[in-house]
Amino acid sequence: MKYLDEYRNETMAQKIVGEIRRIITRPWVLMEVCGGQTHTIVKYGIDHLLPDEVELVHGPGCPVCVTSLEMIDKAHAIAQRPDVIFCSFGDMLRVPGSEFDLLVLKSRGADVRVVYSPLDCLKIAKANPDKKVVFFAIGFETTAPGNAMAVWQAYRQGVKNFSVLVSHVLVPPAMEAILQSPLNRVQGFLGPGHVCTVVGYEEYEPLAERYHVPIVITGFEPMDLLEGVLMTIRQLEAGTAVVENQYPRIVKREGNKVAQELVNKVFEVCDRKWRGIGSIPKSGYRLREEFREHDAERLFDVGAIDTQEPSICISGLVLQGVKKPHDCPAFGRQCTPEHPLGATMVSAEGACAAYYAYGRHLQAEKKPLQPV
Amino acid sequence: MSDKGRPEEGGNILMGSCPLPLTNYQEIVLAHGSGGKLSQQLMQKIVLPQFRNELLEPLHDGAVFSIGGARLAFSTDSYVVNPIFFPGGDIGKLAVHGTVNDLAMCGARPLHLSVGFILEEGLPMNDFWRIVQSMREAADAAGVTLVTGDTKVVDRGKADKIFINTSGIGQVREGVSIDPKRARPGDKIIVSGCIAVHGIAIMSVREGLEFETEIASDTAPLNGLVEAIFAIGKDVHVLRDPTRGGLTSALSEIAQSAGVGMLLDEASIPISEEVKGACEILGLDPLYVANEGKLVAIVPSEDAGTILSAIRSHPLGVDAAVIGEVTADHPHFVLMKTRIGGSRVVDMLSGEQLPRIC
Repeated sequence: MKYLDEYRNETMAQKIVGEIRRIITRPWVLMEVCGGQTHTIVKYGIDHLLPDEVELVHGPGCPVCVTSLEMIDKAHAIAQRPDVIFCSFGDMLRVPGSEFDLLVLKSRGADVRVVYSPLDCLKIAKANPDKKVVFFAIGFETTAPGNAMAVWQAYRQGVKNFSVLVSHVLVPPAMEAILQSPLNRVQGFLGPGHVCTVVGYEEYEPLAERYHVPIVITGFEPMDLLEGVLMTIRQLEAGTAVVENQYPRIVKREGNKVAQELVNKVFEVCDRKWRGIGSIPKSGYRLREEFREHDAERLFDVGAIDTQEPSICISGLVLQGVKKPHDCPAFGRQCTPEHPLGATMVSAEGACAAYYAYGRHLQAEKKPLQPV
Repeated sequence: MSDKGRPEEGGNILMGSCPLPLTNYQEIVLAHGSGGKLSQQLMQKIVLPQFRNELLEPLHDGAVFSIGGARLAFSTDSYVVNPIFFPGGDIGKLAVHGTVNDLAMCGARPLHLSVGFILEEGLPMNDFWRIVQSMREAADAAGVTLVTGDTKVVDRGKADKIFINTSGIGQVREGVSIDPKRARPGDKIIVSGCIAVHGIAIMSVREGLEFETEIASDTAPLNGLVEAIFAIGKDVHVLRDPTRGGLTSALSEIAQSAGVGMLLDEASIPISEEVKGACEILGLDPLYVANEGKLVAIVPSEDAGTILSAIRSHPLGVDAAVIGEVTADHPHFVLMKTRIGGSRVVDMLSGEQLPRIC
């Protein structure tokens, strides 16, 4: 596939890995922030190609995983209403709330639909004027412009039966929470390429400086990840700590101004609860007052739902890179994608689910797997 | 919002917390029909214990048994595809091909089919006529006769337009023994063409997911191709058509059943550019996407070249390739050398393959 095969090339991969081996002098711990990056790493076995000195830990950047249990319960309360068509990105359907997941609600008769774009919900709303169409607006800065556009269009076109349940989260506050933690082991970051496509990377510069940590904005193909690792190791070995851009074919320092304007017009920054982590100040978006008619949380009166998350798995520690999925005694045994115990097992982008999908539970069980 | 304000400094935010487990689904969910692990669990936990017998046990595409000296294969399948007409085919064609192929994968020559229709009140007569006509064409092309059938009509809303069940019997060739348990270390794994075509063709016309593409379903009767393979007189150990759950679910099942390992080479698995592109956009892994006109053959290494040539010289097998081999190492698991030289385990599909968010 043109423009993609070039980034999945074995000879090139060996070359970059060779260069990493040549310059590395001691162990380093790097975190890839995004779930999509984690997915690529395990899908292509990138961590197995890297020298032992490089440890990759997986960050909190899986939007499905970090959506709070409370918000999932709110979504379920809304989706159960007979007058509602509840629309969601696909991988949200299997995320368990306190009692069930959206797949179960669907099997009980709820009208739950998978959409690829929030704008599709507007079409559904127009086609079903007697129904209330709700979109579960989750995600990082990456999905915010699309979600903002859907709200903006509904507002402008007066589509009254369309609303969004907003649970947006922001990356930099989460990175800062990790860096502030006394358990932090992360020495360098592979930054979130697609988030920075929207917001740019200026706001990462103070983080790099304040915590003296290199941040390399990195893409999602195998060559991107390997090059991101190389650039981060180069900085660590040289003792520098600046923001670099590995992904210039997509990311600009200032980001996408048009998208940012739209996001700022529709959303404002708020405190946000993260599943497995807790509340982080100023780490999310909510709808501005002007758009309250499209705010599902108000319309369906679910603001009072306040679910506490029981402490029975280590997903919070996995999300912060303190633990690896197979450090968990339940991983691949009691906790599987069919029966997830934790947030990181529920989305394909979650570190535990990625490890599971690509067979790391088998390796964790120390079955007689031979290296290829 | 009910955010509880700033977390205490230090340890508090690091408290791991997660939801209570869903220990078991109390209702049937769609993923129970996806051909992956939940489907397997449903069979193992509920169906098999009730009917346990040596013919059912292998959970192969069909049962093989002898009556009066003749070895017969018997198979059944139901079709609920939505939409009922799709690029490259329709539910009727699929229903004929599916059972023909299941019989062919038992090493049998498909002979006779039965058909059961469940029709929803309000189905346009013209649609039904088109479907039945398409079934006749498919049966003629596959050389099978439809010999018995049944029709039921249910209230509007109690079914989705039309559901079809087909069952079939076929005669197993002399001296042929197709059995997943016969996969042996050293055997080569051949796939008969580009994978993931049917699943993507269906996705492209699903409500809400429509995208422009030329991709048409690969639905086809495979008995002719199987005939061509057996015509060269070589021993074939395993045949399987990787439908729901895709290529890797089928291979995992065989590896588990034979107690062998498998090693695939990602770069050698044939996938068309269009399907690759659609999978990238939709966030799907083609290894798990359904096929309806492809087969996997597991064959002795020394005959692999001859068998591959035979497959390639058949119109349905021009893109066939050897994609890996059976190993004694890592029994029960399928490993894949990735395109960039790493490795990973490819497991059965877990749940339904849901599109990822970004």
